[in-house]
Amino acid sequence: MDLKELISQKLKAQFPEVDFEITDYKDQTAITFDRKNIVGVCSFLKKDNDLQFMLCEDITAIDWASLPAGRHGRKNRFTVVYHIFSLKLNSRLRLKSDIDESDLSADKAGCNIDSVSSVWKTADWHERETYDMYGINFNNHPDLRRMYMPEEFEYHPLRKDFPLMGIPGSLPLPKK
Amino acid sequence: MGLEARLKQDGFFTSTVDALVAWARKSSVWPMPMGISCCAIEMMASGDPKYDIARFGSEVMRFTPRQSDCMIVAGTVTYKMSHVVKKIYDQMPDPKWVIAMGACTSSGGMYRSYSVVQGIDQFMPVDIYLAGCPPRPDNLLNALMQIQEKIGRTKARDFGDNPLPQLPVIQNN
Repeated sequence: MDLKELISQKLKAQFPEVDFEITDYKDQTAITFDRKNIVGVCSFLKKDNDLQFMLCEDITAIDWASLPAGRHGRKNRFTVVYHIFSLKLNSRLRLKSDIDESDLSADKAGCNIDSVSSVWKTADWHERETYDMYGINFNNHPDLRRMYMPEEFEYHPLRKDFPLMGIPGSLPLPKK
Repeated sequence: MGLEARLKQDGFFTSTVDALVAWARKSSVWPMPMGISCCAIEMMASGDPKYDIARFGSEVMRFTPRQSDCMIVAGTVTYKMSHVVKKIYDQMPDPKWVIAMGACTSSGGMYRSYSVVQGIDQFMPVDIYLAGCPPRPDNLLNALMQIQEKIGRTKARDFGDNPLPQLPVIQNN
């Protein structure tokens, strides 16, 4: 039984009510599912004896820059992507979760997903970076501060609507 | 230097204080190595025996701004780093000079982006802009020689007692 089948069976048995979309791209398996289940699925993948995805390698996001009309045929603007690794199976897995267009408001209530830092401790800083660059709020995160940009900075640079050269005056220079 | 040959005859020579002070200053330009990125590697190479910055009296890299004359800003200055660079520059005693080493420092270089200051002259004075990405050590030595030439033209009274700059209060962060 290959990895894709194994994970697919296990997840469907454990979460019968969740829709999993399992895809392959260049021998890399990706699972897309609703963001409400992110913590449950992640802790299952980590704690299950046959899977043991102990290592969270990266958390990042994609800004699809989809317009309100959905010009690109996408409902969601952001996709949060998790790369995890199983030492037991010696294989990687990609998890994806969409954040819908209706959740796009900049406030904390809108653009959010649950934090998996309770599952993998290392997710703490990955999520802080994703928050800094994309403005995605991770619920129940222990310390959701900016990672790279100054604390008082108001924007999220890797969003597609952020101009390459920045917002003039948003980053203060020392006095001459 | 040929100085000894002259001293043999009468035991003294005449000069002006300006010339003497300028000569002393330009022959011992102590650099403050503000090595922020890859230009710093070339700056280090300029100290090795092959290029030997000691030939110009600048081998004493001072890692404290209080003992240095010339700041070599070697690397990409981001907006976050700019405050640190300026804080260190303000701590250097007058007279002081600045070499903007490399493309990033002079103009932002290939980092045409929101996070990189597009030239450090936006927030501090610069004496020499040094081209290259990164510049070779001999290029840095050329910049140093130009700084020496510039110092050689100064007079002692050019550096009167300036009021001390208002140093920024360091917030506990």
